[in-house]
Amino acid sequence: MDSNNNKFTVVDAPEGYSGSGFYATRMDKAIGLARMNSLWPLPFATSCCGIEFMATMAPHYDLARFGMERLSFSPRQSDLLMVMGTIAKKMGPILQEVYVQMAEPRWVIAVGACAASGGIFDTYSVLQGIDRVIPVDVYVPGCPPRPEQIINGILKIQDLVHNESGRRRNSPEYKELLAKYGIE
Amino acid sequence: MKEDIRKNIDPTDIAGSEIHEFVTLNVGPTHPATHGVFQNVMTMDGEYVVDTYQTIGYIHRAFEKIAERRAYYQILPLTDRLNYCSSPLNNTGYLMAVEKLLGLEIPKRVQYMRVIIMELARIADHNVCNSVIGVDTGALTVFTYMFQDREKIYEIWEQICGSRLTTSIGRIGGFERNWNEKAWSLLRTFMKEYPPRLKEFETLLMRNRIFLDRTVDVGAISAEKALNYGFTGPNLRATGVDYDVRIASPYCSYEDFDFIVPVGTTGDTHDRFMVRQEEMWQSISIINQAIAKLDAMADKETFNANNDAFVMPAKEKVYNDMESLIYHFKQVMGEIDPPKGEIYHAIEAGNGELGFYIVSDGGRSPYRLHFRRPCFIYYQGYPDMIKGNLLSDAIITLSSMNVIAGELDA
Amino acid sequence: MFIINQEIVDLTSEKLRNRFGEALLTVETEMDMPVYIVKKEIIVDLLRFLYDDETLRYRFLTTLCGIHYPDSDQPFGVIYHLHSLENNQRIRIKTFTTLEDITIPSATAVFAGANWMEREAYDFYGILFSGHPNLKRILNVDEMDYFPMRKEYPLEDGTREDKNDDFFGR
Repeated sequence: MDSNNNKFTVVDAPEGYSGSGFYATRMDKAIGLARMNSLWPLPFATSCCGIEFMATMAPHYDLARFGMERLSFSPRQSDLLMVMGTIAKKMGPILQEVYVQMAEPRWVIAVGACAASGGIFDTYSVLQGIDRVIPVDVYVPGCPPRPEQIINGILKIQDLVHNESGRRRNSPEYKELLAKYGIE
Repeated sequence: MKEDIRKNIDPTDIAGSEIHEFVTLNVGPTHPATHGVFQNVMTMDGEYVVDTYQTIGYIHRAFEKIAERRAYYQILPLTDRLNYCSSPLNNTGYLMAVEKLLGLEIPKRVQYMRVIIMELARIADHNVCNSVIGVDTGALTVFTYMFQDREKIYEIWEQICGSRLTTSIGRIGGFERNWNEKAWSLLRTFMKEYPPRLKEFETLLMRNRIFLDRTVDVGAISAEKALNYGFTGPNLRATGVDYDVRIASPYCSYEDFDFIVPVGTTGDTHDRFMVRQEEMWQSISIINQAIAKLDAMADKETFNANNDAFVMPAKEKVYNDMESLIYHFKQVMGEIDPPKGEIYHAIEAGNGELGFYIVSDGGRSPYRLHFRRPCFIYYQGYPDMIKGNLLSDAIITLSSMNVIAGELDA
Repeated sequence: MFIINQEIVDLTSEKLRNRFGEALLTVETEMDMPVYIVKKEIIVDLLRFLYDDETLRYRFLTTLCGIHYPDSDQPFGVIYHLHSLENNQRIRIKTFTTLEDITIPSATAVFAGANWMEREAYDFYGILFSGHPNLKRILNVDEMDYFPMRKEYPLEDGTREDKNDDFFGR
């Protein structure tokens, strides 16, 4: 926030009302700020986009600067499901099971053309886009997308996380969205 | 004591003095240790693996069926996605198979350039495999350091073909354009800076007591079994058989280069690691020889065989010359005339003998294209390698085999 | 690019003719390697014979794949590529069968590596291998009820509704 010896702005404070010893702001703004900078991703890497993700995590393009230092491979402990690579029809139910095990609030980013829409594989065995089995928040096109593009997608996810209303996960629209996929 | 622990556990030996309790553990398709999507349902006796049942096909993308629909030059991006850690190897292998079918002669300069990108791809692939063996034993630092060198190789490929990972490098007959100055200078810088970094990686890991304890005598396989399963590549050479396609059936002027083929003794994880390590040094030597040969050549302009019937002619010729216009039209519409027949061509890819069996009926796309995928064939031997071992050893064995899911399922 | 070791090739052809006679249907050299078309009943004996022979030593099964020629009277084929590492010679063996009697003896008795390759041929073409320890689908979903690589089936998924085939020229 702003104090007299502040040389760096780490984050911009949400709008609020401050006085001596207190700072009042909206609850979901403060929570959004905390969440967006400390997302724990679950890398669901299946194929070539997974290698570009490894390049994004590597020191050159460093995803840890955005708060994603800790990768979680357990869905129970993660916020962001990053689906990177082709999802075949054999893999679809497994993907849905992993999504269902995640605790709210959860976000999904589809990295790569194959996850977004089936990519170059318009065949009998490839799921034509993961949004046939789970709801997706951000799509990152590319085959494979450059690490800069993946980071762009992550920044968009951070925007969504920042501005999400506190009531969204209990609203009837969200429940209807999940019901469309057969998820309670 | 080690022999005691590693003896084969017989699940029917209930009347023996030890008590066995069997548990089924699913090392499922999404697992941080499997580096790819394949499933092992392991039957465990405490901490020891008794047997494992494998399921693959979680990323089956029907390459062989797609290839029957597409023209020969359109199959090139598909081959990228076989072993996606070393795409140029797959690309050049496929292009050489098509050139064998069409009977094209490739100029020497193009062959040496192909050798350079193939060996760079081999370095990139072994880089990742070896550092991932390090990660699975707990040494996470080496991965972050070695991936930087992969970034340097990506920059070289980006200057040559425009793309980092799935390169689609090369065309039938050679390359699509001559390499520019930036590519050459990046390549020379890389060849100067990489050997000390590889040496640093070695000193961190090769004599490390913990690493040796975790990899020596783990996941061993004998040479007879390996040959019977159809192993090729570093996994086979680690067992002592010196079969390398570059020496047995030389292609792309490999006979002009001077290199050795490293061979192990017991076929365990440590031998696989060391064989890959030494192959990286040999690749560095081959690239240096190729650069020297290319510098000594007077011709610095040829980058393609320029057989207009199968290779797209240059745009200046298309706009000015009637024949080139017709050839361009025929190729884009897919009316090239390959001979009828069938060929099989194999190269030494990062994981072993990558083969392409093309059956042509004279049409624009192959009648049948079968990929001989080394990963698919040697992954069958995995249950044999881990019976009676600890679970953590089974994980290290899996990562040392370098199973890439794209090549496994195609 | 594959150097043909003519002596070994001639020896192979001669030994196979002597041993199998008319079950060996054709002997020829295609563009790059010798090709033998054989009757399917003797295929395992042939592979075993080539494996055990002390001079020929074809002890490496490079690959095994299926193929479908719908217009032929024996549409389904299995193609084996063998490699003799000591003599550095490769050969290709083909055997064909009809749709009604789509069983071929399995090569797993000779080569352990044929296990998954035959499962793949079964998965793609429906060719049954008698004597195979575990002939199930390997790459496709287990519930799939057709064999996709056969020429009569399309590449695309029949149930997708969002891509208009007219735009894709199909």
